[in-house]
Amino acid sequence: MSTSVPTLHTIVSLPDQSTATLPKKHYINNEHGLLSWLLTGDHKRIAMLYLISITFFFFIGGAFAGLIRLELLTPQSDLVAADTYNKFFTMHGIIMIFLFLVPSVPATLGNFLIPIMLGAKDLAFPKINLLSWYLYLIGGTLTLAALVLGGVDTGWTFTTPLSTHYLNTHVLTAATAIFIAGFSSIFTGLNFIVTIHRMRAPGMTWFRMPLFVWSNYAASILMVLGTPVLAIAIVLVALERLIGIGVFDPAKGGDPLLFQHLFWFYSHPAVYIMILPGMGVISEVISTFSRKRVFGYTAVAFSSVAIALFGFFVWAHHMFIMGVSNYSALVFSLLTMLVAVPSAIKIFNWAFTLQKGSITFETPMLYAFGFMGLFTIGGLTGVFLGSLGMDIHLTETYFIVAHFHFVMVGGMLMAFLAGIHFWWPKMTGRMYPESLSKLAAVVTFIGFNLTFLPQFILGYLGMPRRYAAYPPEYQVLNVLSTAGATVLGVGYMLPLLYLGWSLKYGAIAGNNPWQATGLEWQIQSPPLTENFIETPIVDYEAYDYEWLEKKQREEVTTVG
Amino acid sequence: MAHEIYHDPSNVTNPEHAEHHIVSPLQYCMVFGTLLVGTAITVIAAYIDLGWLNPVIALAIACIKAVIVILFFMHVKYQSKLIKMTVGAGFFTFIVLITMTLSDYISRAWGMW
Amino acid sequence: MDNVIATHPHTHETAVPAEHEHVVLPQHRHHFETEEQQREAGSFGMWLFLLTEIMFFGGMFFAYLLYRNWYYPAFTVASNQLNVPEGAANTAILITSGFFMALGVWAAEVRKKGLLVVMLILTTVFGVAFLGVKADEYHEKYEKHHIPGSSFSTAMFTNPAAYGLKEEPLAPDMAEHTQIFFFLYFAMTGMHALHMIIGIVILFWLTWRAHRGEFSAGYVAPIENFGLYWHFVDIVWLFLFPLLYLINRHPLK
Repeated sequence: MSTSVPTLHTIVSLPDQSTATLPKKHYINNEHGLLSWLLTGDHKRIAMLYLISITFFFFIGGAFAGLIRLELLTPQSDLVAADTYNKFFTMHGIIMIFLFLVPSVPATLGNFLIPIMLGAKDLAFPKINLLSWYLYLIGGTLTLAALVLGGVDTGWTFTTPLSTHYLNTHVLTAATAIFIAGFSSIFTGLNFIVTIHRMRAPGMTWFRMPLFVWSNYAASILMVLGTPVLAIAIVLVALERLIGIGVFDPAKGGDPLLFQHLFWFYSHPAVYIMILPGMGVISEVISTFSRKRVFGYTAVAFSSVAIALFGFFVWAHHMFIMGVSNYSALVFSLLTMLVAVPSAIKIFNWAFTLQKGSITFETPMLYAFGFMGLFTIGGLTGVFLGSLGMDIHLTETYFIVAHFHFVMVGGMLMAFLAGIHFWWPKMTGRMYPESLSKLAAVVTFIGFNLTFLPQFILGYLGMPRRYAAYPPEYQVLNVLSTAGATVLGVGYMLPLLYLGWSLKYGAIAGNNPWQATGLEWQIQSPPLTENFIETPIVDYEAYDYEWLEKKQREEVTTVG
Repeated sequence: MAHEIYHDPSNVTNPEHAEHHIVSPLQYCMVFGTLLVGTAITVIAAYIDLGWLNPVIALAIACIKAVIVILFFMHVKYQSKLIKMTVGAGFFTFIVLITMTLSDYISRAWGMW
Repeated sequence: MDNVIATHPHTHETAVPAEHEHVVLPQHRHHFETEEQQREAGSFGMWLFLLTEIMFFGGMFFAYLLYRNWYYPAFTVASNQLNVPEGAANTAILITSGFFMALGVWAAEVRKKGLLVVMLILTTVFGVAFLGVKADEYHEKYEKHHIPGSSFSTAMFTNPAAYGLKEEPLAPDMAEHTQIFFFLYFAMTGMHALHMIIGIVILFWLTWRAHRGEFSAGYVAPIENFGLYWHFVDIVWLFLFPLLYLINRHPLK
């Protein structure tokens, strides 16, 4: 930083880091040995353990996606039998949702950053944090066990009575796996809620917290209140299979729809559990790379909580054609329109943050732009689906598949990658190669659109989801989709390679390579085990870029 | 920056400066007695035909019992607003589960099977 | 950029030190600034866990609500098969257990080690007594073929006169639905009993630690937080008893 321009200056390239050095002591070299990692209480180490685990499961889930797309190259079910194909999409769904998306940002970035962002030394319950990771591993192992033993083919939704009465696959193993992984999620959320309420540094009021913390807080409430209902739904399915009591069996007087009510009572808030932390990342990235405070901080903060609250009232929009009453469907459809509003508020606020900002296009920002466009499309198509009349035609078609991949992959996964790239220097002390990372971001964007845009058309034309075979007139679009999936796969492999490379060969990052605000950027990279040498006192607002700019100007003028 | 003790206006460690109140054994005895009496009333009322009031009375007494256990045995009466709100949030979400799911069942084949 | 943030030396004081007695207990965890913060956080964390339990049992309560309404005749006669004296006694036993637990928390707060141990033991004894009565009830159900599954028999409901019962016989399809009542009975009381068993195991551990004096020097959080769990399990039973045992006990029309 060598200019002394009196106006807001733009960073067009990264600050000079040639003199930056790795700190002598940090949380990675603080202790040595495998046990010091496996028995750690340090939230940062647990975050890295999670990062490795979820990356592993992401690629397994991705492999299943590849197999699905491979089968769908041709109209006939010729690669595999239909039953096997059912196993592909079931395992893809279970792994991607429960073992990747749900823990993705909270368990990695949330675990790492929330204490630091609040000025705390650790989360409230470090041992429970570690337990959370072990429960995740057990859930993951059981899922792999179900896979190896022969797989599950119920679909990730375990719809009754198919899952309880008509299948002989390893439903119980998979259900147990999800039950255990659910507790991992509950404990993470519990830890975050207590930490955010009770461990903020002096002066860190609710409205001075970074929006990333607000988003994770809202997601944590959903985790704690929603996941147990999934747990009981799974237990009832297991008991139904084991003893045949009839709670979901029409022949014995049960109602299969009861399962769906309990299942979706969690699984709809689950989609907000998945997206909210990603939205938090986007708030951070957009403000940093526009050099501007987030427009309408209060609105964005409250919209996170509003999404969490409203998200509990809309679950039956997944059940419109399943036999719920018309009146109930009406009520849930109306409420679904409401839940779109807070998400839209966020998009508007991010757009206004960009306006008149000093925008630069580092990799995290590229992913953030991708998020804004793709999440908007995904969200809008969600509104179409929430409308009762349209849903009756579009449900269970590829339109739904495209909708949720737009929000989950185009939205959440891009946000996750944005966050990983944004905080990689903080977590590892290293920079990744910028041109390669930009290339990966662009490749991902292109691959994503090529994969999933055709699926909107396919769904609209009537191609059902979860089918291995389809009428020949749908083939062209399916081939396009598979081609896109190949490109997308390349786009996701690249970060694995260059991020791994950067651990040894990347440029040293220094404390604050992005010149961002936030407590995490004021400490060394990688941080000390105890995060702060002394407890910080916070007497400034979040995203105080004017203060940062003023500080830099003062710094410069005192040199001369 | 001054290095004396920092007075933190948003003191999170003890925001309401709540004195740690110790509930007395006498209060516990009174709650205990009330719970037993409530149980007796519930059982007796169950054997009298009051029509639709029977389940209402039984549940109402159960709710009252739950409230006094929460307030006194679980000390919530003397705890911070945060704890009180947490308890409320839990029951609120439970009520949402019950009522919203009921909204489906009540509008189709209610009690007609 | 390193000294940007204002800091204050890491001390144990916060706002106004004179108001609180600052005890630095050996169990103080260093990511907390003060003892109160640690205690509050622990309490809050336990309450959040109890919220998950409310939602977990909530699903079963809804299933009960639904099927009781759909199959009221079946639920009525099936419920009348449960033993009210045993159920009421169990309710009183569990309330007493909770009472002793509350007294135990008080004993820890006023640092009376002996009394705390006695109260914990009494809590455990009454908890075990509850489970004993429950086991007796379950056994009775087993003998009457009322355990859902392949051994379930609706004979007592389609032909009550043969068993000396005064109720009206049920039609065969409605009689089948008594199985749903018994399923919910076993699922809800079974899940409740599981929570009690876990609680009793923890009670053994806590009693042993209390005997060693770990909770009579000011560190009461584990006793307090376990008390919260135990009272919650009690509350679940306070609802299960009237819902399962007392559906329609007045003289049948």
